[in-house]
Amino acid sequence: MTAPLTVHGLSHSFGNHAALTDVNLTITPGEFIVLLGPSGCGKTTLLSILGGFITPTSGTVEIGGRDMTLVAPKDRPTTTMFQDYALFPHMTLRDNVAFGLRMRGMASTARAAKAMAMLAMVGLEDRASHRPHQLSGGQRQRVALARALAVDPEVLLLDEPLGALDLKLRRQMQDELKSIQRRVGTTFIHVTHDQEEAMAIADRIVVMNQGRIEDVGPPQQIYLSPKSLFSAAFMGEINLIPANPSGTGITTPLGPLPVTPISTKPQTLCLRPQSIGLAGDLPLGPATLIDAAFFGTHYRCHFTPLAAPNLLLIAHLPQSAHPVLGSTMTLYATAPVLLEAQ
Amino acid sequence: MKTRILSGLYLALIYGFIFLPVAVLVLFSFQDGRLPVPPLKGVTLKWYAQILNDNALMAALGNSLLVAIVSSAVAVTLGFLAAYGLARHRLPGSAMMRGLLIAPMTVSYLIIALGLLSVINQAGLSPSLWITGIGHAVINLPLCFAILYASMGDHQKNTERAARDLGASEVQVIWLISAPLLLPSILAAFFLSVTFSWDEFIIAFLLTRFEVTLPVEIWSMLRSGLSPATNAVGSLVFLISVTVLLALELLVFRKAKP
Repeated sequence: MTAPLTVHGLSHSFGNHAALTDVNLTITPGEFIVLLGPSGCGKTTLLSILGGFITPTSGTVEIGGRDMTLVAPKDRPTTTMFQDYALFPHMTLRDNVAFGLRMRGMASTARAAKAMAMLAMVGLEDRASHRPHQLSGGQRQRVALARALAVDPEVLLLDEPLGALDLKLRRQMQDELKSIQRRVGTTFIHVTHDQEEAMAIADRIVVMNQGRIEDVGPPQQIYLSPKSLFSAAFMGEINLIPANPSGTGITTPLGPLPVTPISTKPQTLCLRPQSIGLAGDLPLGPATLIDAAFFGTHYRCHFTPLAAPNLLLIAHLPQSAHPVLGSTMTLYATAPVLLEAQ
Repeated sequence: MKTRILSGLYLALIYGFIFLPVAVLVLFSFQDGRLPVPPLKGVTLKWYAQILNDNALMAALGNSLLVAIVSSAVAVTLGFLAAYGLARHRLPGSAMMRGLLIAPMTVSYLIIALGLLSVINQAGLSPSLWITGIGHAVINLPLCFAILYASMGDHQKNTERAARDLGASEVQVIWLISAPLLLPSILAAFFLSVTFSWDEFIIAFLLTRFEVTLPVEIWSMLRSGLSPATNAVGSLVFLISVTVLLALELLVFRKAKP
């Protein structure tokens, strides 16, 4: 029921502005893909091209082995869940959900039954005769999902669907989206700028920046071993320390460190705050604690190393650490990542 | 207190200024005498009986309703399609097209009527109700276009996109989504067109010959002098206009406010 999607050499410009540059991506059937990036990175443009609302300047989109680049939205095996839901205000929920089936010529009793089943899936079967304006934001969201899935698309495109919800509801909807996706097995392609949301729901994350794909992979891989400085920094707070290869190790402002260099060029050592602590396999030397704040799960601390007073390191220390401002501690690191310097 | 009295007085004066002529017209349509001028000699309904039995007058009333409804339907349909095209698609020269669509609003009815008259003469047609209807569609189209274009905001764009995404053709998008969502504006444009067409005299006068509309028939009655019968016709026309306006208020504007 669900088909692979391949994007090949996709570029798109709005006038002189290049929104997408040579994007290549293969999505296997049934994957939950998240396109992640800051606003203006081209993720929404890519989604609009997949949905058929924009014809790319060059490149192709294939779904299930068929070239879809020039096919109109109505003839594509994709449906979109829009950011503002775009429900039909003059129709009941049942008619909203059944709209796509009606366009496909399904008989009215059959499509009413299917619409009720879809509404039941999102827990709104008792509201079938209501109109969209009688619902809360989260409920409208569910109707939009049911409407988009009612036509059994090969690929569901979700355009920042959780953007308008408050934090608590957003977490709840993330879980729901994920469980519905597992149940129906449709390929989901979801756009967001929230990296926590991306990690919470994605099978694979596609990190985008300035119209290019920076990194593709499962959340763990993107977070723990990013392929670019941009994706390292976008996935969450990170310490970036300049490094130069020397023999089998590197030299940094903190001194020589036993990390195998990736090339002979200048590099950047990336350390997540939770990878810096009072124990570990990579000694960073003594540092002065200049600031600390209690975050519940940890203390977020600012250190200046004695070897490099201009450098600021951010570390998460455990709740039991009771850090004292001005004290000097010896820091260690785990899970170092080296990337080419920019 | 003083300002309240003054503003109340002002209100009474302004409504008197607007409605006194109509009130006098309606009052003397009941005149039991030969002239619709003071003093009121008594109250009678005989003038109403007379005009309701006047076949030419009733035929004109029917013609007027027919022309008003058909020409307004045409004007609203064309206005809607033009507004949809210009609001939803990027077209070359769209600013100029909008200007050209609105432009007839600034041209006097007399000029439009003269233009149509010379065109139908060239085309070998003769004046008729159909030609009058075309004239009324011409004068009401800019109005319908302006109302519908203004209400066709971008907020509806995504809804139409969603319909297309779910498999609707362009005709289905218009028929099932855009038009129902714009129904209040469509009805407002339609009823306004109906009242304008219903009242219109110059075009109807120049472009009808044997079958005439009500304003033209009333004009020919006036040529034979004042009579309470003309007042009765005027009251009837006024009553129908008020009914249309009330229907518009109750059906369209009341509903548009949630």
